[in-house]
Amino acid sequence: MKVLVAVKSVPAVAGRIGLTPDERAIDTKHLSFTISPHEECAVEEAVRLIEKGGGDSVVVTLGPEAAVEQLRDALALGIARGIHLVTDGEEWDPESTAGAIVEAIRADEAESGPFDLILMGNESADSAGYQVAVRVAAALGRPVVTTIKGLAVDGRTVRCEQEASGGRDVFSLPLPAVVAVLEGLNLPRFPSVPGRLRAKSKPIATSRPARPEQRLEMQRLVVPQGATKQAEILGHGAEAAPKVVEVLSGLGLV
Amino acid sequence: MADILVLATSTAGVVDEVALQAITFGRRMAAAGAVHVFVAGDEAAAGALAGSGATRVHLARHDAFATFAPDAVAAALWQVAGEIRPAAIVGPGTEAGNTILARTAARAGLPFAANCVALTLGEPSTLTRLRWGGSLQEEAILRGRPAIASLAPHVVAAETADAAAPEVAPFTPALADADLVVRVVDRVPAASGGVSLADAKVVVSGGRGVGSADGFAPIEELAALLGAAVGCSRAVTMAGWRSHTDQVGQTGTKIAPNLYIACGISGATQHMAGAKGAKKLLAINKDAEAPIMAAADYAVIGDLHEIVPAISAEIRRVRGG
Repeated sequence: MKVLVAVKSVPAVAGRIGLTPDERAIDTKHLSFTISPHEECAVEEAVRLIEKGGGDSVVVTLGPEAAVEQLRDALALGIARGIHLVTDGEEWDPESTAGAIVEAIRADEAESGPFDLILMGNESADSAGYQVAVRVAAALGRPVVTTIKGLAVDGRTVRCEQEASGGRDVFSLPLPAVVAVLEGLNLPRFPSVPGRLRAKSKPIATSRPARPEQRLEMQRLVVPQGATKQAEILGHGAEAAPKVVEVLSGLGLV
Repeated sequence: MADILVLATSTAGVVDEVALQAITFGRRMAAAGAVHVFVAGDEAAAGALAGSGATRVHLARHDAFATFAPDAVAAALWQVAGEIRPAAIVGPGTEAGNTILARTAARAGLPFAANCVALTLGEPSTLTRLRWGGSLQEEAILRGRPAIASLAPHVVAAETADAAAPEVAPFTPALADADLVVRVVDRVPAASGGVSLADAKVVVSGGRGVGSADGFAPIEELAALLGAAVGCSRAVTMAGWRSHTDQVGQTGTKIAPNLYIACGISGATQHMAGAKGAKKLLAINKDAEAPIMAAADYAVIGDLHEIVPAISAEIRRVRGG
Protein backbone atom coordinates (compact mmCIF):
# COMPACT_ATOMS: atom_id res chain seq x y z
CA MET A 1 0.00 0.00 0.00
CA LYS A 2 1.01 3.62 -0.37
CA VAL A 3 0.78 5.84 2.71
CA LEU A 4 1.25 9.57 3.15
CA VAL A 5 1.81 11.16 6.53
CA ALA A 6 1.71 14.93 7.03
CA VAL A 7 3.71 16.52 9.84
CA LYS A 8 4.22 20.02 11.21
CA SER A 9 7.40 21.30 12.75
CA VAL A 10 6.58 23.04 16.05
CA PRO A 11 8.76 24.47 18.83
CA ALA A 12 9.21 22.20 21.84
CA VAL A 13 7.85 24.69 24.38
CA ALA A 14 8.51 23.98 28.01
CA GLY A 15 7.52 26.00 31.06
CA ARG A 16 6.79 29.42 29.71
CA ILE A 17 6.03 30.74 26.24
CA GLY A 18 7.87 33.93 25.23
CA LEU A 19 7.07 36.01 22.14
CA THR A 20 9.17 37.84 19.59
CA PRO A 21 9.12 41.68 19.90
CA ASP A 22 6.54 42.01 17.09
CA GLU A 23 4.29 39.53 18.98
CA ARG A 24 3.69 37.53 15.82
CA ALA A 25 5.67 34.43 16.73
CA ILE A 26 6.99 32.42 19.66
CA ASP A 27 10.54 33.36 20.58
CA THR A 28 12.33 30.14 19.62
CA LYS A 29 15.92 31.32 20.25
CA HIS A 30 16.37 28.77 23.03
CA LEU A 31 13.94 26.12 21.82
CA SER A 32 14.36 22.99 19.75
CA PHE A 33 11.78 21.86 17.21
CA THR A 34 9.79 18.68 17.06
CA ILE A 35 7.03 16.95 15.11
CA SER A 36 3.65 17.88 16.63
CA PRO A 37 2.69 15.09 19.13
CA HIS A 38 -0.36 13.62 17.38
CA GLU A 39 1.66 13.41 14.17
CA GLU A 40 4.45 11.45 15.86
CA CYS A 41 1.83 8.73 16.25
CA ALA A 42 0.74 9.18 12.62
CA VAL A 43 4.36 8.62 11.50
CA GLU A 44 4.68 5.54 13.72
CA GLU A 45 1.43 4.11 12.34
CA ALA A 46 2.57 4.68 8.75
CA VAL A 47 5.86 2.92 9.45
CA ARG A 48 4.05 -0.04 11.06
CA LEU A 49 1.64 -0.37 8.13
CA ILE A 50 4.50 -0.52 5.63
CA GLU A 51 6.55 -2.87 7.82
CA LYS A 52 3.57 -5.19 7.93
CA GLY A 53 2.26 -5.00 4.39
CA GLY A 54 5.05 -3.46 2.33
CA GLY A 55 4.70 -0.52 -0.03
CA ASP A 56 5.65 3.12 -0.32
CA SER A 57 5.59 5.73 2.41
CA VAL A 58 5.93 9.48 2.07
CA VAL A 59 6.14 12.28 4.65
CA VAL A 60 5.10 15.82 3.72
CA THR A 61 5.52 19.08 5.57
CA LEU A 62 4.77 22.71 4.84
CA GLY A 63 7.27 24.85 6.67
CA PRO A 64 10.49 26.85 6.62
CA GLU A 65 13.85 25.47 5.44
CA ALA A 66 14.64 24.26 8.96
CA ALA A 67 11.55 22.02 8.98
CA VAL A 68 13.60 19.59 6.88
CA GLU A 69 14.86 18.33 10.26
CA GLN A 70 11.39 17.03 11.10
CA LEU A 71 11.19 15.33 7.70
CA ARG A 72 14.55 13.67 8.49
CA ASP A 73 13.15 12.59 11.87
CA ALA A 74 10.29 10.81 10.12
CA LEU A 75 12.66 9.28 7.55
CA ALA A 76 14.85 8.05 10.42
CA LEU A 77 11.86 6.17 11.81
CA GLY A 78 11.35 4.34 8.53
CA ILE A 79 9.40 6.54 6.11
CA ALA A 80 10.85 6.11 2.60
CA ARG A 81 10.85 9.63 1.17
CA GLY A 82 9.93 13.22 1.90
CA ILE A 83 8.19 16.19 0.31
CA HIS A 84 9.11 19.63 1.64
CA LEU A 85 6.80 22.50 0.75
CA VAL A 86 9.14 25.31 1.68
CA THR A 87 7.80 28.57 3.14
CA ASP A 88 9.65 31.75 4.02
CA GLY A 89 8.71 31.23 7.67
CA GLU A 90 5.42 33.13 7.57
CA GLU A 91 2.37 31.30 8.91
CA TRP A 92 -0.04 29.70 6.48
CA ASP A 93 -3.68 29.42 7.50
CA PRO A 94 -5.32 25.98 7.56
CA GLU A 95 -7.09 26.51 4.24
CA SER A 96 -3.93 27.39 2.32
CA THR A 97 -1.95 24.68 4.15
CA ALA A 98 -4.48 22.12 3.00
CA GLY A 99 -4.41 23.57 -0.53
CA ALA A 100 -0.62 23.21 -0.80
CA ILE A 101 -0.73 19.65 0.57
CA VAL A 102 -3.47 18.73 -1.93
CA GLU A 103 -1.33 20.04 -4.78
CA ALA A 104 1.62 17.96 -3.57
CA ILE A 105 -0.59 14.88 -3.28
CA ARG A 106 -1.95 15.31 -6.80
CA ALA A 107 1.56 15.74 -8.22
CA ASP A 108 2.86 12.63 -6.41
CA GLU A 109 -0.18 10.56 -7.36
CA ALA A 110 0.18 11.56 -11.02
CA GLU A 111 3.69 10.13 -10.91
CA SER A 112 3.46 7.08 -8.69
CA GLY A 113 -0.18 6.21 -8.12
CA PRO A 114 -2.78 7.01 -5.47
CA PHE A 115 -2.18 7.04 -1.73
CA ASP A 116 -4.34 4.38 -0.09
CA LEU A 117 -4.16 6.15 3.22
CA ILE A 118 -3.35 9.72 4.23
CA LEU A 119 -2.53 10.09 7.94
CA MET A 120 -2.50 13.43 9.71
CA GLY A 121 -2.60 14.74 13.25
CA ASN A 122 -5.99 15.71 14.65
CA GLU A 123 -4.72 19.22 15.38
CA SER A 124 -1.26 20.75 15.46
CA ALA A 125 0.28 21.49 18.86
CA ASP A 126 0.66 25.18 18.06
CA SER A 127 -2.12 26.73 15.97
CA ALA A 128 -4.59 23.82 16.36
CA GLY A 129 -6.97 24.66 13.50
CA TYR A 130 -8.74 21.25 13.61
CA GLN A 131 -9.36 21.15 9.85
CA VAL A 132 -6.41 20.46 7.52
CA ALA A 133 -7.21 16.73 7.20
CA VAL A 134 -10.90 17.48 6.59
CA ARG A 135 -10.07 20.02 3.89
CA VAL A 136 -7.56 17.73 2.18
CA ALA A 137 -10.12 14.91 2.12
CA ALA A 138 -12.86 17.21 0.80
CA ALA A 139 -10.64 18.47 -2.00
CA LEU A 140 -9.70 14.91 -2.99
CA GLY A 141 -13.26 13.60 -2.60
CA ARG A 142 -12.18 10.99 -0.02
CA PRO A 143 -13.77 10.06 3.30
CA VAL A 144 -12.13 11.38 6.48
CA VAL A 145 -12.42 10.59 10.16
CA THR A 146 -10.90 12.64 12.96
CA THR A 147 -9.99 12.04 16.63
CA ILE A 148 -8.81 8.49 15.93
CA LYS A 149 -7.06 6.37 18.56
CA GLY A 150 -7.25 2.94 16.95
CA LEU A 151 -6.64 1.97 13.33
CA ALA A 152 -6.53 -1.31 11.38
CA VAL A 153 -6.37 -1.81 7.62
CA ASP A 154 -8.16 -4.88 6.32
CA GLY A 155 -8.04 -5.28 2.55
CA ARG A 156 -9.64 -2.20 1.06
CA THR A 157 -11.17 -0.85 4.27
CA VAL A 158 -9.76 0.90 7.29
CA ARG A 159 -11.39 0.41 10.68
CA CYS A 160 -10.98 3.44 12.91
CA GLU A 161 -11.81 3.85 16.58
CA GLN A 162 -12.66 7.03 18.42
CA GLU A 163 -13.07 7.41 22.18
CA ALA A 164 -16.66 8.06 23.22
CA SER A 165 -18.37 8.15 26.58
CA GLY A 166 -18.57 4.57 27.80
CA GLY A 167 -16.46 3.04 25.06
CA ARG A 168 -15.14 3.47 21.57
CA ASP A 169 -17.07 4.35 18.42
CA VAL A 170 -16.01 2.44 15.32
CA PHE A 171 -15.93 3.77 11.75
CA SER A 172 -15.24 1.65 8.71
CA LEU A 173 -14.03 3.57 5.67
CA PRO A 174 -13.31 2.40 2.15
CA LEU A 175 -9.78 3.17 0.93
CA PRO A 176 -8.49 5.56 -0.23
CA ALA A 177 -9.22 7.55 2.94
CA VAL A 178 -7.87 10.28 5.19
CA VAL A 179 -7.48 9.67 8.93
CA ALA A 180 -6.65 12.33 11.54
CA VAL A 181 -5.17 10.67 14.60
CA LEU A 182 -4.59 11.45 18.25
CA GLU A 183 -1.61 10.76 20.46
CA GLY A 184 -2.20 7.41 22.17
CA LEU A 185 -2.85 5.65 18.86
CA ASN A 186 0.45 3.87 19.49
CA LEU A 187 3.71 4.37 21.35
CA PRO A 188 6.15 5.90 18.83
CA ARG A 189 9.59 4.33 18.68
CA PHE A 190 12.80 6.30 19.08
CA PRO A 191 14.99 6.62 15.99
CA SER A 192 17.96 4.26 15.88
CA VAL A 193 21.46 5.37 14.89
CA PRO A 194 21.36 3.32 11.66
CA GLY A 195 17.93 4.83 10.99
CA ARG A 196 19.38 8.32 11.38
CA LEU A 197 22.20 7.45 9.00
CA ARG A 198 19.85 5.98 6.41
CA ALA A 199 17.62 9.07 6.62
CA LYS A 200 20.50 11.24 5.36
CA SER A 201 20.41 9.57 1.96
CA LYS A 202 16.64 9.26 1.56
CA PRO A 203 15.15 11.55 -1.11
CA ILE A 204 13.36 14.78 -0.19
CA ALA A 205 11.60 16.61 -3.01
CA THR A 206 11.27 20.35 -2.43
CA SER A 207 9.04 23.01 -3.95
CA ARG A 208 8.06 26.53 -2.99
CA PRO A 209 4.30 26.98 -3.29
CA ALA A 210 2.98 30.55 -3.48
CA ARG A 211 1.21 31.72 -0.32
CA PRO A 212 -2.37 32.66 -1.19
CA GLU A 213 -4.40 35.40 0.47
CA GLN A 214 -5.03 34.34 4.06
CA ARG A 215 -8.68 34.17 5.09
CA LEU A 216 -7.89 33.30 8.71
CA GLU A 217 -5.00 35.62 9.39
CA MET A 218 -3.16 35.90 12.67
CA GLN A 219 -2.57 39.50 13.71
CA ARG A 220 -0.79 39.03 17.01
CA LEU A 221 -0.21 36.52 19.76
CA VAL A 222 -1.01 37.10 23.41
CA VAL A 223 0.23 35.17 26.42
CA PRO A 224 -2.82 35.04 28.69
CA GLN A 225 -2.21 36.34 32.17
CA GLY A 226 -2.61 33.15 34.16
CA ALA A 227 -3.39 33.73 37.81
CA THR A 228 0.08 33.19 39.23
CA LYS A 229 -0.35 31.70 42.66
CA GLN A 230 1.87 31.83 45.65
CA ALA A 231 1.95 28.19 46.72
CA GLU A 232 1.71 27.59 50.45
CA ILE A 233 4.79 25.52 51.28
CA LEU A 234 3.58 22.73 53.56
CA GLY A 235 7.10 21.61 54.35
CA HIS A 236 10.16 19.78 53.16
CA GLY A 237 10.46 16.01 52.77
CA ALA A 238 8.56 13.31 54.63
CA GLU A 239 8.11 15.55 57.67
CA ALA A 240 5.50 17.51 55.72
CA ALA A 241 3.12 14.51 55.73
CA PRO A 242 0.99 15.56 58.76
CA LYS A 243 0.55 19.04 57.27
CA VAL A 244 -0.50 17.49 53.94
CA VAL A 245 -3.04 15.27 55.68
CA GLU A 246 -4.44 18.35 57.48
CA VAL A 247 -5.04 19.92 54.07
CA LEU A 248 -6.59 16.68 52.79
CA SER A 249 -8.87 16.59 55.86
CA GLY A 250 -9.88 20.18 55.19
CA LEU A 251 -10.97 19.07 51.73
CA GLY A 252 -12.99 16.22 53.23
CA LEU A 253 -10.71 13.50 51.88
CA VAL A 254 -9.39 11.95 55.08
CA MET B 1 -28.12 42.91 14.44
CA ALA B 2 -27.45 39.67 12.71
CA ASP B 3 -29.02 36.25 12.43
CA ILE B 4 -26.84 33.51 13.88
CA LEU B 5 -26.98 29.77 13.29
CA VAL B 6 -25.78 27.61 16.16
CA LEU B 7 -24.82 23.93 15.86
CA ALA B 8 -26.19 22.16 18.95
CA THR B 9 -24.63 18.73 19.43
CA SER B 10 -26.35 16.42 21.88
CA THR B 11 -26.07 13.02 23.49
CA ALA B 12 -29.20 10.88 23.91
CA GLY B 13 -31.65 13.75 24.32
CA VAL B 14 -29.37 16.05 26.28
CA VAL B 15 -27.83 19.09 24.58
CA ASP B 16 -24.07 19.17 25.24
CA GLU B 17 -23.00 21.76 27.82
CA VAL B 18 -20.56 23.43 25.42
CA ALA B 19 -23.34 23.63 22.80
CA LEU B 20 -25.48 25.53 25.35
CA GLN B 21 -22.49 27.83 25.87
CA ALA B 22 -22.34 28.29 22.09
CA ILE B 23 -26.02 29.29 22.04
CA THR B 24 -25.30 31.96 24.66
CA PHE B 25 -22.29 33.06 22.58
CA GLY B 26 -24.54 33.22 19.51
CA ARG B 27 -27.18 35.22 21.37
CA ARG B 28 -24.64 37.89 22.31
CA MET B 29 -23.55 38.17 18.68
CA ALA B 30 -27.11 38.23 17.37
CA ALA B 31 -28.17 41.12 19.62
CA ALA B 32 -31.69 41.75 18.29
CA GLY B 33 -31.28 39.23 15.46
CA ALA B 34 -32.61 35.71 15.47
CA VAL B 35 -30.78 32.77 17.02
CA HIS B 36 -31.37 29.69 14.91
CA VAL B 37 -30.34 26.43 16.55
CA PHE B 38 -29.62 23.32 14.50
CA VAL B 39 -30.11 19.81 15.93
CA ALA B 40 -29.38 16.62 13.95
CA GLY B 41 -31.85 13.84 14.62
CA ASP B 42 -32.22 14.18 18.37
CA GLU B 43 -35.96 14.97 18.90
CA ALA B 44 -35.69 15.14 22.68
CA ALA B 45 -32.74 17.54 22.56
CA ALA B 46 -34.57 19.77 20.06
CA GLY B 47 -37.52 19.90 22.43
CA ALA B 48 -35.35 20.75 25.44
CA LEU B 49 -34.17 24.17 24.28
CA ALA B 50 -36.73 26.28 26.12
CA GLY B 51 -34.84 28.92 28.08
CA SER B 52 -31.73 28.56 25.96
CA GLY B 53 -32.42 31.75 24.05
CA ALA B 54 -33.00 29.97 20.75
CA THR B 55 -35.48 31.76 18.48
CA ARG B 56 -36.10 28.76 16.29
CA VAL B 57 -34.88 25.16 16.34
CA HIS B 58 -34.17 23.42 13.04
CA LEU B 59 -34.51 19.70 13.63
CA ALA B 60 -33.03 17.59 10.83
CA ARG B 61 -34.74 14.22 10.57
CA HIS B 62 -32.99 11.42 8.69
CA ASP B 63 -32.05 7.77 9.27
CA ALA B 64 -28.42 8.89 8.83
CA PHE B 65 -28.53 10.52 12.27
CA ALA B 66 -29.14 7.24 14.13
CA THR B 67 -25.38 7.19 14.83
CA PHE B 68 -22.72 9.88 14.52
CA ALA B 69 -22.33 10.76 10.82
CA PRO B 70 -20.40 14.04 10.66
CA ASP B 71 -20.67 14.65 6.89
CA ALA B 72 -24.44 14.14 6.99
CA VAL B 73 -24.69 16.60 9.89
CA ALA B 74 -22.52 19.13 8.03
CA ALA B 75 -24.63 18.74 4.87
CA ALA B 76 -27.86 19.35 6.79
CA LEU B 77 -26.39 22.29 8.71
CA TRP B 78 -25.21 23.92 5.49
CA GLN B 79 -28.64 23.36 3.98
CA VAL B 80 -30.21 25.36 6.85
CA ALA B 81 -27.58 28.08 6.36
CA GLY B 82 -28.60 28.28 2.70
CA GLU B 83 -32.16 29.04 3.74
CA ILE B 84 -31.66 31.51 6.58
CA ARG B 85 -28.44 33.18 5.36
CA PRO B 86 -26.91 33.70 8.80
CA ALA B 87 -24.08 36.15 9.45
CA ALA B 88 -22.29 33.41 11.37
CA ILE B 89 -22.39 29.69 12.06
CA VAL B 90 -21.05 28.84 15.50
CA GLY B 91 -20.85 25.68 17.52
CA PRO B 92 -19.10 23.95 20.39
CA GLY B 93 -15.30 23.68 20.26
CA THR B 94 -15.49 20.00 21.14
CA GLU B 95 -14.06 17.25 18.95
CA ALA B 96 -17.52 16.61 17.45
CA GLY B 97 -18.29 20.31 17.02
CA ASN B 98 -14.93 21.07 15.42
CA THR B 99 -15.09 18.20 12.94
CA ILE B 100 -18.67 19.10 11.91
CA LEU B 101 -17.83 22.79 11.47
CA ALA B 102 -14.59 21.98 9.60
CA ARG B 103 -16.60 19.76 7.25
CA THR B 104 -19.21 22.50 6.84
CA ALA B 105 -16.51 25.05 6.01
CA ALA B 106 -14.76 22.71 3.55
CA ARG B 107 -18.10 22.04 1.86
CA ALA B 108 -18.91 25.75 1.73
CA GLY B 109 -15.44 26.83 0.63
CA LEU B 110 -15.15 29.12 3.63
CA PRO B 111 -12.54 29.63 6.34
CA PHE B 112 -13.14 28.21 9.83
CA ALA B 113 -11.74 29.39 13.15
CA ALA B 114 -11.68 26.73 15.88
CA ASN B 115 -11.77 27.34 19.62
CA CYS B 116 -12.55 31.05 19.68
CA VAL B 117 -12.99 32.96 22.92
CA ALA B 118 -14.30 36.11 21.20
CA LEU B 119 -15.74 36.91 17.78
CA THR B 120 -16.85 40.28 16.41
CA LEU B 121 -18.67 40.08 13.10
CA GLY B 122 -17.70 42.47 10.33
CA GLU B 123 -15.90 42.73 7.03
CA PRO B 124 -13.59 41.16 7.99
CA SER B 125 -14.57 39.64 11.32
CA THR B 126 -12.10 39.82 14.18
CA LEU B 127 -11.60 37.09 16.72
CA THR B 128 -9.47 35.73 19.52
CA ARG B 129 -8.79 32.01 19.61
CA LEU B 130 -6.79 29.51 21.62
CA ARG B 131 -3.45 28.03 20.65
CA TRP B 132 -1.25 25.56 22.50
CA GLY B 133 -4.20 24.17 24.43
CA GLY B 134 -4.96 27.65 25.80
CA SER B 135 -1.40 28.52 26.87
CA LEU B 136 -1.37 31.12 24.11
CA GLN B 137 -4.05 33.20 22.40
CA GLU B 138 -4.17 34.48 18.85
CA GLU B 139 -5.89 37.64 17.64
CA ALA B 140 -6.90 37.08 14.03
CA ILE B 141 -9.10 38.30 11.23
CA LEU B 142 -11.53 36.04 9.42
CA ARG B 143 -12.53 36.81 5.85
CA GLY B 144 -15.67 34.92 4.92
CA ARG B 145 -19.42 35.13 5.28
CA PRO B 146 -21.03 33.44 7.02
CA ALA B 147 -18.23 33.49 9.58
CA ILE B 148 -17.74 29.90 10.74
CA ALA B 149 -16.28 29.47 14.22
CA SER B 150 -16.32 27.17 17.21
CA LEU B 151 -16.40 28.39 20.80
CA ALA B 152 -13.67 27.08 23.09
CA PRO B 153 -15.18 25.02 25.92
CA HIS B 154 -15.98 26.73 29.22
CA VAL B 155 -15.00 30.29 28.40
CA VAL B 156 -18.63 31.46 28.20
CA ALA B 157 -21.15 30.35 30.81
CA ALA B 158 -24.46 29.13 29.41
CA GLU B 159 -27.12 31.65 30.46
CA THR B 160 -30.83 30.99 30.47
CA ALA B 161 -33.12 33.45 28.72
CA ASP B 162 -36.71 34.18 29.72
CA ALA B 163 -38.28 33.83 26.37
CA ALA B 164 -41.01 31.62 25.04
CA ALA B 165 -40.01 28.08 24.10
CA PRO B 166 -38.65 28.20 20.57
CA GLU B 167 -40.60 26.81 17.69
CA VAL B 168 -39.20 23.46 16.55
CA ALA B 169 -39.14 23.23 12.75
CA PRO B 170 -38.47 19.68 11.55
CA PHE B 171 -37.14 19.12 8.06
CA THR B 172 -35.66 16.28 6.01
CA PRO B 173 -32.29 17.22 4.59
CA ALA B 174 -31.31 16.15 1.09
CA LEU B 175 -28.26 13.97 1.63
CA ALA B 176 -25.98 12.52 -1.04
CA ASP B 177 -24.57 8.99 -0.81
CA ALA B 178 -21.14 10.49 -0.13
CA ASP B 179 -22.56 12.14 3.03
CA LEU B 180 -23.39 8.71 4.47
CA VAL B 181 -20.00 7.01 4.05
CA VAL B 182 -18.51 8.29 7.31
CA ARG B 183 -20.65 7.05 10.17
CA VAL B 184 -20.29 5.10 13.38
CA VAL B 185 -20.98 1.45 12.60
CA ASP B 186 -20.19 -0.12 15.97
CA ARG B 187 -19.58 0.66 19.62
CA VAL B 188 -16.95 -1.15 21.66
CA PRO B 189 -17.74 -0.86 25.38
CA ALA B 190 -14.93 0.38 27.62
CA ALA B 191 -13.12 -2.08 29.81
CA SER B 192 -14.60 -1.23 33.20
CA GLY B 193 -12.55 -0.59 36.28
CA GLY B 194 -10.92 2.27 38.09
CA VAL B 195 -11.93 5.89 38.34
CA SER B 196 -12.20 7.76 35.02
CA LEU B 197 -9.47 10.37 34.82
CA ALA B 198 -11.66 13.02 33.17
CA ASP B 199 -14.39 12.73 35.82
CA ALA B 200 -12.24 12.02 38.89
CA LYS B 201 -12.71 14.29 41.93
CA VAL B 202 -9.12 13.64 42.98
CA VAL B 203 -6.18 12.86 40.71
CA VAL B 204 -2.69 11.81 41.79
CA SER B 205 -0.15 12.07 38.97
CA GLY B 206 3.49 11.24 38.54
CA GLY B 207 6.01 12.75 36.17
CA ARG B 208 9.52 12.10 35.01
CA GLY B 209 10.63 12.39 38.64
CA VAL B 210 8.96 9.07 39.43
CA GLY B 211 11.84 7.45 37.58
CA SER B 212 10.32 4.16 36.40
CA ALA B 213 7.11 2.21 35.86
CA ASP B 214 7.60 0.51 39.23
CA GLY B 215 8.05 3.91 40.84
CA PHE B 216 4.30 4.44 40.44
CA ALA B 217 3.48 1.90 43.19
CA PRO B 218 3.42 4.51 46.00
CA ILE B 219 1.40 6.89 43.77
CA GLU B 220 -1.14 4.14 43.14
CA GLU B 221 -1.26 3.41 46.86
CA LEU B 222 -1.98 7.06 47.72
CA ALA B 223 -4.57 7.25 44.94
CA ALA B 224 -6.32 4.14 46.27
CA LEU B 225 -6.47 5.66 49.77
CA LEU B 226 -8.06 8.85 48.39
CA GLY B 227 -10.37 7.14 45.87
CA ALA B 228 -8.41 9.02 43.23
CA ALA B 229 -7.52 8.32 39.61
CA VAL B 230 -3.85 7.93 38.70
CA GLY B 231 -2.47 10.25 36.06
CA CYS B 232 0.91 10.99 34.54
CA SER B 233 2.76 13.46 32.35
CA ARG B 234 3.67 13.03 28.69
CA ALA B 235 7.29 12.24 29.57
CA VAL B 236 6.01 9.16 31.42
CA THR B 237 3.90 7.85 28.53
CA MET B 238 6.69 8.48 26.02
CA ALA B 239 9.03 6.45 28.25
CA GLY B 240 6.48 3.63 28.17
CA TRP B 241 5.98 3.61 31.96
CA ARG B 242 2.21 4.19 31.78
CA SER B 243 -0.51 3.88 29.18
CA HIS B 244 -1.52 6.99 27.25
CA THR B 245 -4.99 6.71 28.81
CA ASP B 246 -3.38 7.97 32.04
CA GLN B 247 -1.80 11.02 30.42
CA VAL B 248 -2.93 14.43 31.63
CA GLY B 249 -2.19 17.22 29.17
CA GLN B 250 -2.79 19.08 25.93
CA THR B 251 -2.59 15.83 23.95
CA GLY B 252 -3.93 13.66 26.76
CA THR B 253 -6.89 13.92 29.08
CA LYS B 254 -8.11 17.25 30.40
CA ILE B 255 -8.97 16.88 34.07
CA ALA B 256 -11.08 18.99 36.43
CA PRO B 257 -10.73 17.45 39.92
CA ASN B 258 -11.30 19.20 43.23
CA LEU B 259 -7.74 18.27 44.12
CA TYR B 260 -4.80 17.49 41.88
CA ILE B 261 -1.66 16.05 43.47
CA ALA B 262 1.22 16.35 41.00
CA CYS B 263 4.32 14.38 42.01
CA GLY B 264 7.63 14.97 40.26
CA ILE B 265 5.95 16.99 37.49
CA SER B 266 7.75 20.16 36.40
CA GLY B 267 4.65 21.81 34.95
CA ALA B 268 5.44 22.06 31.24
CA THR B 269 2.95 23.93 29.03
CA GLN B 270 1.81 20.61 27.52
CA HIS B 271 0.91 19.25 30.97
CA MET B 272 -0.69 22.37 32.43
CA ALA B 273 -3.01 22.69 29.40
CA GLY B 274 -4.69 19.52 30.67
CA ALA B 275 -4.50 20.31 34.39
CA LYS B 276 -5.77 23.88 34.55
CA GLY B 277 -9.31 22.70 35.36
CA ALA B 278 -8.13 21.49 38.79
CA LYS B 279 -9.60 23.53 41.63
CA LYS B 280 -6.70 22.92 44.03
CA LEU B 281 -3.20 21.80 43.16
CA LEU B 282 -0.67 20.23 45.52
CA ALA B 283 2.78 19.98 43.95
CA ILE B 284 5.37 17.59 45.32
CA ASN B 285 8.71 18.42 43.74
CA LYS B 286 12.41 18.55 44.49
CA ASP B 287 12.70 21.86 42.70
CA ALA B 288 11.08 24.77 44.54
CA GLU B 289 11.53 26.85 41.36
CA ALA B 290 9.74 24.41 39.00
CA PRO B 291 7.11 26.10 36.78
CA ILE B 292 4.36 24.06 38.44
CA MET B 293 4.86 26.08 41.64
CA ALA B 294 3.33 29.13 39.92
CA ALA B 295 0.09 27.15 39.49
CA ALA B 296 0.15 25.32 42.84
CA ASP B 297 -1.94 26.12 45.90
CA TYR B 298 0.19 23.91 48.14
CA ALA B 299 3.67 22.54 47.76
CA VAL B 300 5.93 20.06 49.46
CA ILE B 301 9.59 20.38 48.54
CA GLY B 302 11.61 17.19 48.41
CA ASP B 303 11.86 13.66 47.08
CA LEU B 304 8.46 12.24 46.13
CA HIS B 305 9.76 8.73 46.87
CA GLU B 306 9.95 9.68 50.55
CA ILE B 307 7.05 12.11 50.73
CA VAL B 308 4.30 10.10 49.00
CA PRO B 309 4.66 6.95 51.20
CA ALA B 310 4.82 9.20 54.28
CA ILE B 311 1.50 10.83 53.31
CA SER B 312 -0.10 7.39 52.82
CA ALA B 313 1.22 6.24 56.18
CA GLU B 314 -0.13 9.39 57.85
CA ILE B 315 -3.56 8.92 56.27
CA ARG B 316 -3.67 5.36 57.61
CA ARG B 317 -2.56 6.52 61.05
CA VAL B 318 -5.21 9.26 61.18
CA ARG B 319 -7.98 6.99 59.90
CA GLY B 320 -6.94 4.18 62.22
CA GLY B 321 -6.89 6.47 65.25
